[in-house]
Formats: sequence, C-alpha cells, structure tokens
Amino acid sequence: MSLTKADLADTLHEQVGLNKREAKEFVDAWFEVIREALESGDNVKLSGFGNFQLRDKNERPGRNPKTGEEIPISARRVVTFKPGQKLRARVEAYAGSGK
Amino acid sequence: MTKSELIERMAAGQRHLSHADVELAVRTIIDELSKALSAGERIEVRGFGSFDLHYRPPRMGRNPKTGESVALPGKYVPHFKPGKALRERVNAAAGNA
Repeated sequence: MSLTKADLADTLHEQVGLNKREAKEFVDAWFEVIREALESGDNVKLSGFGNFQLRDKNERPGRNPKTGEEIPISARRVVTFKPGQKLRARVEAYAGSGK
Repeated sequence: MTKSELIERMAAGQRHLSHADVELAVRTIIDELSKALSAGERIEVRGFGSFDLHYRPPRMGRNPKTGESVALPGKYVPHFKPGKALRERVNAAAGNA
C-alpha cells in the first residue's frame, strides 16, 4: 500500500475542510510549486521534513551494460532529497519497532 | 524556497482560501508525508517522485571523541526517487537536455 495524491486530498477535505475539488487542486498545486522552485534552480527546504537539493553532475564515462559499448553519460542537473533530523528520527523509531 | 515561502506561493495561487487554511493545508500535507514514511508506507506521486525506506544494516561505529567502538543497530532511512517529469524539467531548465 502506498500514499497517493488522492489520500492527501482526502485528508485536506477531512482535516482542513476544503471541498473535494479544492483539496485535489491544492495537492496538485503543492507539488507543482515545488517542481517550479526546483526548475528555477532554487533548493527547497521544508523544516521538519527535509531538503530537496539540486546537484550539477559533470559528464562521465558510462557503458551500455548489454553491449559493453562505451558511451558518455552527459552532464545533468539532478534532484536529491536530504531527510531532516526530525523525519530521520521518526523513521528510525519505526525501524526500532520491528518491520 | 522555505516552508513559509511555499505557504506564500500557495496562497497566491489559491486566493479563494483563507491564509490560515492555506497554512494549515501546507502543514497537513507535510505531516501526512512524514506520518506515512514513519509507518513504513511508500509515497507515490506521478510526475514528482516516490519516497520509500532503505534499510541500513547494523555496523560497528566509533565514538569520534574517545575512539571507542560502539555497535550501531540496523535502521531505516527515507529515500526519494525523482519522477520522470521532475527529472526532465529540472535538467532541461539547467540547459542540459
């Protein structure tokens, strides 16, 4: 089972009192605003949760694993997520309760 | 962009909602994401990415002050994998794609 946008919209409907359409729009906009910030080169810091950070990678040599042929992996910008202290502690506590 | 800037940008796009509701809704989403991961649940958002937990096996660590060895238990850490749309948009905006 995994959490989806529909689950988040349901929670906004129940806990914040947005109607279903507002709640769905809000969840879509939330992710879009974060995408836009990252697209504009801005890191996103959500205290208590974590940071979305941009990293610029240089071109490096790669290989087609099927053919063994050498092909360069082009320079690219990637998004990484660094969980915050509070989230890490909460997740670790879950691990402690035994999976 | 910080959480308070995220709240401001959300408020600018959702003018029919009160500022208090926008603030509560933003915090509620962050809280739900944290809660899901804390319960060992995956999060999947198409076009954005997915969060899940990665296991780190137990290892021997060292107290950097005393040099003493300490056994560190296995644990779970949150992991994010950016989705296709996010990867492509960020990379294209950087002038690479």
